[in-house]
Amino acid sequence: MRFKAELLNAEEMRRALHRIAHEIVEANKGVEGLALVGIHTRGIPLAERIARYIREFEGKEVPVGMLDITLYRDDLSEIGIRPQVRQTRIPFDITGKALVLVDDVLYTGRTARAALDALMDLGRPRRIYLAVLVDRGHRELPIRADFVGKNVPTAKNEVVKVKLEEVDGEDRVELWEKEGA
Amino acid sequence: MRHLLDFQGWTRGQVENILDTAKVMAEVLERPVKKVPALQGFTVATVFFEPSTRTRISFELAARRMSADVVSFTAQTSSLQKGESYKDTLLTLEAMGIDAYILRADSAGVPHQATRWVKGAVINGGDGRRAHPTQALLDAYTLLEALNTLEGKKIAIVGDILHSRVARSNVELLPLLGAEVWAAGPPTLLPQSLPGARLTPHLEEALEEADAVMVLRLQKERMEAGLIHLQDYIAHYQVTEKRLRKAKPHAFLLHPGPMNRDIELEGTLADSERSLVNRQVRNGLAVRMAVLYHLLVGREG
Repeated sequence: MRFKAELLNAEEMRRALHRIAHEIVEANKGVEGLALVGIHTRGIPLAERIARYIREFEGKEVPVGMLDITLYRDDLSEIGIRPQVRQTRIPFDITGKALVLVDDVLYTGRTARAALDALMDLGRPRRIYLAVLVDRGHRELPIRADFVGKNVPTAKNEVVKVKLEEVDGEDRVELWEKEGA
Repeated sequence: MRHLLDFQGWTRGQVENILDTAKVMAEVLERPVKKVPALQGFTVATVFFEPSTRTRISFELAARRMSADVVSFTAQTSSLQKGESYKDTLLTLEAMGIDAYILRADSAGVPHQATRWVKGAVINGGDGRRAHPTQALLDAYTLLEALNTLEGKKIAIVGDILHSRVARSNVELLPLLGAEVWAAGPPTLLPQSLPGARLTPHLEEALEEADAVMVLRLQKERMEAGLIHLQDYIAHYQVTEKRLRKAKPHAFLLHPGPMNRDIELEGTLADSERSLVNRQVRNGLAVRMAVLYHLLVGREG
């Protein structure tokens, strides 16, 4: 793969997540009944950061859960790799809550669909928002994000790599191009 | 991994991978909706040439919890009664598009043979006295849940070691996770050797400082064959409160079921807080969900 561009540096990422945190509180008219659910892997630290920002400016704790959607995917035969199933841990009752699903990249929409199915099996939320750090387009399902850090029009042969301090040791979003594609 | 026949050639990493997935499945079973769509579109057949209650129901429920379609075959109500061979029975099912077969047979090697006849994944649900790998996996899972690790732990298996596929599979599996396995039973019910286990006719030696004791069911046919007298067995090999004092103070008890109370195990012990019997059954479902998932979705090639 060939490196093409840096889409977000650490400071830009911080600002984008900060803005998303404000937008979430505004949309929900406060933090009452609000909860965040991060999608494995990078959605989880992103959800935790957003919760931290909300705590900083609202002074209130917003619960955070983690969701693995592997058992709900409809594209396992296509991804061609041995899927790793991870723990789902949502330590609060989601029924009646306003949930914010958090993921790093929104692409085809299949992950978000699987996450919605998974959440519906866990309870009946009052409503579900979707927050993503990067929306790169190419949707295959009628799904859109409510909160977006950065919209990036991409080609299908490009790859968006989100690197996070908690997982990768640095905060940075990069655009790469698949060679020979 | 294409099939699950036994643990020959398995690595610790492969075992841990299945057990980690089982943990996720156990969480699914705690949810209000105890079902995931992971195996939607797959068809699983339980093919039991030998009777069974818990293994068959556990597998069927595991497949259904994963949204697979399930067909169930039992020898007693099939064309086997009209002389159809195992091979033709399986080929008939194969023609109906089965993705995974859970096979139980009274003779060893039938699941191995079946892998040559069918394209689907074959899971050994118990073959003769050879292997019962999902029972060993659920035992390992239950032991890990209770002891946190099997590294350096002493596990005693007690009873009819010679005829037990449960013992054989556990002796293959538990050392892979770092356990030291002892197998104790009457000399007539002990094999000459069993790689992976230390064999002893002295129950106390096996129980000494054991972290867990796995009690096997004493089968009536062994008594009828004259291999053991019931009263002798009870006198020397029944796991009792008193004998268990040799083991670690909170040593856990396992039993694959069905249990003969007050024969292989003192009845009160079966109901004590040391007993993991009900947890074994519960965990069996999660472990079998994990096995089906790995064989069907994680299949290579």
